[in-house]
Amino acid sequence: MDSHLRQLEDQSVYILREAYKHFDHLAMLWSMGKDSTALLWLTRKAFFGHVPFPLVHIDTSYKIPAMIEYRDRIAREWRLNLVIGQNKEALANGMNHTLGRVECCTALKTNGLKNLIAEKGYTGIILGVRADEEGTRAKERYFSPRDKHGDWDFREQPPELWDQFKTTFPEGTHIRIHPLLDWTEINIWEYIRAENIPIIDLYFDKGDGTRYRSLGCAPCTFPIKSTAKTVDAILEELRSTTVAERSGRAQDEGRGMELLRKDGYM
Amino acid sequence: MPTLVPSAPRASEHLNIVIVGHVDHGKSTLLGRLYADTGSLPEGKLDKVRDICRRQGKEFEYAFLFDAFLEEQEQGITIDTARTFFTWEGRHYIIIDAPGHKEFLKNMVSGAARAEAALLVIDAHEGVREQSKKHGYLLSLLGIRQVAVIVNKMDLVGYRQDVFDAIEKEYRAFLAQLKVTPERFVPVSAKLGDNIAKPSAQISWYSGPTVLETLGLFRKETARERQTLRFPVQDVYKFDARRIITGRLAAGRIKVGDRLIFSPSNKTATVKTIEAFNVEPVPTEATAGQSTGITLDEQIFIQRGEIASHEDSVPLVSTTFRSNLFWMGHRPLEAGKKYVLRLATREVECEIVALHRIIDTTNLAAREVKTSVGRNEVAELTIRAKAPITFDLYSDFAVTGRFVLVDQYDVSGGGIITEAVKDEQTVLREEARRRDIAWVKGDVGAEDRARHFGHRAALVLITGARHAGKSMLARRLEVQLVADGRHTYLLDAANLRRGLDADLSEEDTGEIVRRFGEVARLLMDTGLIVVSTTNALGGADHQAIRTLVHPTPVITVHMSKGEEAPPPDTDLAFAGPKDFEAIADQVMEELKRRGVLAQAIGAKPQFHYSI
Ligand SMILES: Nc1nc2c(ncn2[C@@H]2O[C@H](COP(=O)(O)OP(=O)(O)O)[C@@H](O)[C@H]2O)c(=O)[nH]1
Ligand SMILES: [Mg+2]
Repeated sequence: MDSHLRQLEDQSVYILREAYKHFDHLAMLWSMGKDSTALLWLTRKAFFGHVPFPLVHIDTSYKIPAMIEYRDRIAREWRLNLVIGQNKEALANGMNHTLGRVECCTALKTNGLKNLIAEKGYTGIILGVRADEEGTRAKERYFSPRDKHGDWDFREQPPELWDQFKTTFPEGTHIRIHPLLDWTEINIWEYIRAENIPIIDLYFDKGDGTRYRSLGCAPCTFPIKSTAKTVDAILEELRSTTVAERSGRAQDEGRGMELLRKDGYM
Repeated sequence: MPTLVPSAPRASEHLNIVIVGHVDHGKSTLLGRLYADTGSLPEGKLDKVRDICRRQGKEFEYAFLFDAFLEEQEQGITIDTARTFFTWEGRHYIIIDAPGHKEFLKNMVSGAARAEAALLVIDAHEGVREQSKKHGYLLSLLGIRQVAVIVNKMDLVGYRQDVFDAIEKEYRAFLAQLKVTPERFVPVSAKLGDNIAKPSAQISWYSGPTVLETLGLFRKETARERQTLRFPVQDVYKFDARRIITGRLAAGRIKVGDRLIFSPSNKTATVKTIEAFNVEPVPTEATAGQSTGITLDEQIFIQRGEIASHEDSVPLVSTTFRSNLFWMGHRPLEAGKKYVLRLATREVECEIVALHRIIDTTNLAAREVKTSVGRNEVAELTIRAKAPITFDLYSDFAVTGRFVLVDQYDVSGGGIITEAVKDEQTVLREEARRRDIAWVKGDVGAEDRARHFGHRAALVLITGARHAGKSMLARRLEVQLVADGRHTYLLDAANLRRGLDADLSEEDTGEIVRRFGEVARLLMDTGLIVVSTTNALGGADHQAIRTLVHPTPVITVHMSKGEEAPPPDTDLAFAGPKDFEAIADQVMEELKRRGVLAQAIGAKPQFHYSI
């Protein structure tokens, strides 16, 4: 592995171990996408093959079916403690993207997560967000506090220096932990290649000249035109593109993401 | 400070850069321009910003590329640092845009603390301002030695060389006081793109590198690997048959077969394996910066916070040190108040015992003495931790020479250690350390004895005034522990006086205490629980005993007739008439809670820490 990836891995592993040391009620979000799967792999690195906390999947019910199959297979093979959260109430009331993308994301993902956090009493949630995804994530901390309502106060972020993280917090609040902040999309793919991580095949073209670059709910995530069938081909494509990664994600338009994230979106 | 050695950039090398300087001097614009002029922006990003500016009725602002929040764009300032990614000529950069506004200094520090090199921006029109100096000072405190000064907005001063020269002269003189030598000064106009990605026709009198070339000239720091070993223990895992000690190497390298000493416990062992998941072939060494895991040839009990080193270069151990500290807390830092000190992975309560002066970063010679340190102030102070901690001077080792202070829930200050201060225990601590390093061990270790006996060694010190029932309790406790199958011995300090101490007089208290401590240490090395009344010894002597038997647990039980306050560090206190059997039971409960006794005799000991 090249020295850059190695350094990224060392930092992420350090963060994961700090999280495990300081939080008794810790969980990791896993969306089955490339980032959170790379993060899961880093967890196995950090704990020498073990995954010592539950993995949470917030199931909006609109996920692409192949993602659920992949989830269950990996969970079995890696002996994961899988916890599935779903905002059943919102779904029963008919929530879907046609009622508004931001509204739908808030109800099914943000509130689905908030409900699960409240129910399980998690005080630390590990997420695979990266700084290069979009502007507000670029300003995140590795350990980022959320208030009683799960909201993010970006104006009052704690200082973070010398790998001394915010690990103490008032009751009722929780901390979001972001071990992948320093990774770029290309780094993730380089790491997947270097470590041979079994990634979901929706990222590859299977003959129709399209593939997914970013995975979300079926109605709001669109495949891109690409004939990349291997990780190498994806890397080659990424090195020559200037199109933003999340351009296939509808909720990123306008100020959607800033509003969503202040409210506690991942 | 670790020295910087130039190295040819490797293909995969990456470097963290921070952009600092006074508010509005053009940091965010510089960054935006750098991306735009090198074609590094994603498609549509410029249009998006153009759109926002038009809607707000503003001229195009490159700064909006990274000032992503609505509030930042409306106010035209950077509130929090942004991590941005930039690749040029095969080298990867994470460039951190820091806010220049005084109010957001903690964010600037968070950004700069990660950097290996800095661009410090000064507005040619406004000249050197308050935050230009404060940021310069903080860069030196944070240990960032590679600094290039960017003199921006040259367009506003007609690209005049004399303006540039005057700023260079003034700011060089300031940095010289901090013993920082800037790499270079670069005249630019970020807004118009002069000397950012390409040389400027307007600034023909300057032939040095552009900002882009300046980035390429920053060097990667590699010196840490060549230092001697510092390995702070982060955690101990026992997920399977392996007992793995994990941590990130702060300096040096660790190899299979190395003999390690852990400070401050002074325990020693040899590295058996380096552990890793999905790494072929299995590694046999790890170097500075790596997060790793090791197993040892011997089951010794070590905890997070200890620092492993080789025997020939051990870190310092004391309770007290002098430091320069930057305060970011909402409440002022006050002498005499308690804070939590975090140094590498160690966490311990501490107190500011002396505040020597507040450092005025615009006038370094000034000496202002106060009793508290306000938000965004820098101070020189002496800190005392509640228990001995392991550290280095910052000038020798960066990672183990710096610390943060936590006030309530928040990391509120960051400091560097400039001097170790001796405390009352320094002499005995050094004796104990020499003794432990040289100790010849048999093949039966403390953990083997613990498994065999069903308990660990410990010292129960019973304190209190005369006739408070100390010796009654000590006897009762010994009887009860032995009846429970625990290997226990009553050691009365007075017993040593006629034999071991026969050559000493009453006045030789220091030596009497030292010998008592060494005897207790020896008995505990055999795995015993030692119960002792200490009539012969005073309060200060208990500290000396703790130092000599460290890290064996010491449980202090205070007995009194009236309601007097027990001495500090007392674990259990009993006042008034006593039921000795009940008290002995409570002491045994405390021994269980502390992990000395297994929960039930005959059962495999379930210590609350892993062995
Ligand atoms: N004339 C001129 N204006 C500049 C230059 N660089 C930045 N500015 C302006 O100075 C203001 C502050 O810039 P900004 O990048 O936000 O400063 P920061 O607070 O240091 O990040 C903005 O209005 C910029 O357009 C320059 O080189 N020349
Ligand atoms: Mg700015």
